[in-house]
Amino acid sequence: MDETKRLERRKQATLARRNVYVETVQPETFITSLSEEARENFFASEKKRIELNLRKRKITKTIITGLGIMAAVFISALALVPIFFTFLNSFMSSEEIVANYQTVFQSMSGHASQGATYMSRTPVLKLIPEEVTINQYTTLLFMNPEYLFKYWNSIVLTLPIVGGQMVVACLASYSFARYRRKRREVLFFSYIILMLMPFQVTLVPNYMIAEKLGILDTIWAIILPGIFSTFAIFLLTKYMRQIPSGYIEAATLDGATEWQIFTNIALPLCKNAIFALTILLFIDYWNMVEQPLVLLTNSDKQPLSVFLSQINEPELGIAFAASSVYMIPPLLIFFWGEDYLVEGISRSGIK
Amino acid sequence: MKCGDTDIYMDNRINKKNHLTDKGEVSGMRPGSEISQAEVKAAQKPEVKTAVKAERKSGTAIVSQNGAKLEYIERPKPKNVTPLASQKLTPKDIPVFEDTPERKIKLELRKKSHFKRKLRDWGIFTGYLTPSFVGVLVFFFLPLLLLLKTSFSKSPTNSDFVGFRNYERVLTNEAFISASKNTLTFAVISVPLAVVLALLIALLLNTGLPGKSLFRSFLLNPMMVPVASVVLIWQVFFSYNGVVNGITEKLFDSAQKIDWLKSSYAQIVIMLLFLWKNLGYNMVLFLAALNSIPHEILESAEMDGAGPVKRFFKIKLHYLSPTIFFVGIMSLINSFKIFREVYLLTGDYPFKNLYMLQHFMNNSFTHLDYSKLSAGAIVMCVVMIIIVGGLFFAESKFDKDVEE
Repeated sequence: MDETKRLERRKQATLARRNVYVETVQPETFITSLSEEARENFFASEKKRIELNLRKRKITKTIITGLGIMAAVFISALALVPIFFTFLNSFMSSEEIVANYQTVFQSMSGHASQGATYMSRTPVLKLIPEEVTINQYTTLLFMNPEYLFKYWNSIVLTLPIVGGQMVVACLASYSFARYRRKRREVLFFSYIILMLMPFQVTLVPNYMIAEKLGILDTIWAIILPGIFSTFAIFLLTKYMRQIPSGYIEAATLDGATEWQIFTNIALPLCKNAIFALTILLFIDYWNMVEQPLVLLTNSDKQPLSVFLSQINEPELGIAFAASSVYMIPPLLIFFWGEDYLVEGISRSGIK
Repeated sequence: MKCGDTDIYMDNRINKKNHLTDKGEVSGMRPGSEISQAEVKAAQKPEVKTAVKAERKSGTAIVSQNGAKLEYIERPKPKNVTPLASQKLTPKDIPVFEDTPERKIKLELRKKSHFKRKLRDWGIFTGYLTPSFVGVLVFFFLPLLLLLKTSFSKSPTNSDFVGFRNYERVLTNEAFISASKNTLTFAVISVPLAVVLALLIALLLNTGLPGKSLFRSFLLNPMMVPVASVVLIWQVFFSYNGVVNGITEKLFDSAQKIDWLKSSYAQIVIMLLFLWKNLGYNMVLFLAALNSIPHEILESAEMDGAGPVKRFFKIKLHYLSPTIFFVGIMSLINSFKIFREVYLLTGDYPFKNLYMLQHFMNNSFTHLDYSKLSAGAIVMCVVMIIIVGGLFFAESKFDKDVEE
């Protein structure tokens, strides 16, 4: 048996060498058993079935993605509506605003039980003003110096805090990242706990020390604790520890001093984090309400964020304009540095 | 030395105590056979170098007497043969450390420079830390100690020790109790909501929607808007004559008007504001974590027939757990900061279930009751440390479970 097989193969090989090929008989399958017509019919039906399946799958997929998009659009609309509202309403004339929202603020202002509750009129949401004016802005910017003063207060409070805290945090986090000893780790942990403390805890000590140092009721009472806040140190240290030690080793071998390593290696590698942190800090302090409320009893020095909540009815028209002017700087910063911000936030979550 | 005791000295002499030829044990075969003859010849040569070579050769030589047995023979390796070995060392050449004055000076100098370098290193590193450390010490740590002291004394000016009376006063204060209750209920309800909703949105965006980054930036937008700016709109929506009431009135005729900000629904409004502001941040964190899950594992699970639900609970959740912890902590911190929104919406004295701890603090400031205040702050500090410590502990334990 073996011999015969061998001989056969040999024959085939010699034939192949002479470029003569002999067709071998294929085993019979379902498809070969069909006649030619039946086969074609079978292929066509299979093709149809597959196409139908594919189409079904495509349809379900598009439906699912459509639903997803709808949900996402709905959510993002919810997120964006208040912002758009404020912007668009700020272009209304003051009479229109008062006509729209008077009832709202009458019921808000305390004597709801007596005067305003019987009014059945409800305000209509108006996205597009009847006539677009920039009257509100002009009155805000040129007629009403109070708002501008508050605005200036906000800037004066925010910028030094952000700048100072970033400088302090860069230095300190370099130290924490470069030099890991036991005592330093303990200190770092206490910094983390300080970062986690809510205002309710930290404001009282802040008040006491401000009173002791005699800086209560000045802007320094807010700026100095703000500069030494530990939030930025925590996140920056997390970043700087991710720098490969090989870089620093190479730099030391090349004879770089510590300051050179800090400025030429550590800082450029953390550029994204620094930008992101700057944005986050700016937002946080632009928003602050608690510290000025407690530490600045003089209302002339308070920032706009506190003042905006104390708006009275006649100033309703200006309030929208002031709100939108107040949120323009953070939004501009956001549009400029969104990528940094997203990267900074997302890297801070991964351990 | 096991076999072939040849001592090679530093000056290239060979001590032929037990010469190879005397004993036939060198290669484990009878003296006089072919290989052993060659060996003996090599070993008899006077120069060490060749002897070494021969030894090396024979060391690895295969002994085959009958062609059946193959063996490697162990040989002592020449140890002390170095290029320097030919030079004889005299006692003069060996350095002797004596306490000469010159050497003392040298040593002192070296010590000094070492100390200097250490000091410089320390100075540099501490110098980087100093500004922050001093600031934190002055503005946070020392005041906290001061706080601890005042919490035990009668008043800031009168430092009589009064024990735990201040704490008693705080803990039995009705306003404090209700405020802490409100703050806690708010945290307990809103933090899980913020985590779960953010996770759901992140999962939705991660399914490969077109325009993912666009939606992400839309959702991140509220984080950037100052609360003070949107408070106005929030009031328009939720006041008694507000938009929400108007809509419900139009949709359902029988619906009653609700004064959202001055009823038990007030916390819901604040919660909405909280979620509106924080979902974007949490979502970005979750998106990053979802992207960092190794793709191969998900794919292989899909090949094995795991559905999306199973894949989420068995794989994704496992990888997301540290992020969930982080997001939870951040949300918790932010939920303690909710006073800002409440104050801007409703002022100093809001409806009673919106009365937060910060309100209590602020109102105590106006009464100038520092000892009570500091006792309250210390109580909160301790509670905060307990909560955060518990969370950290739980996380470490959970991590261990995951690793196992």
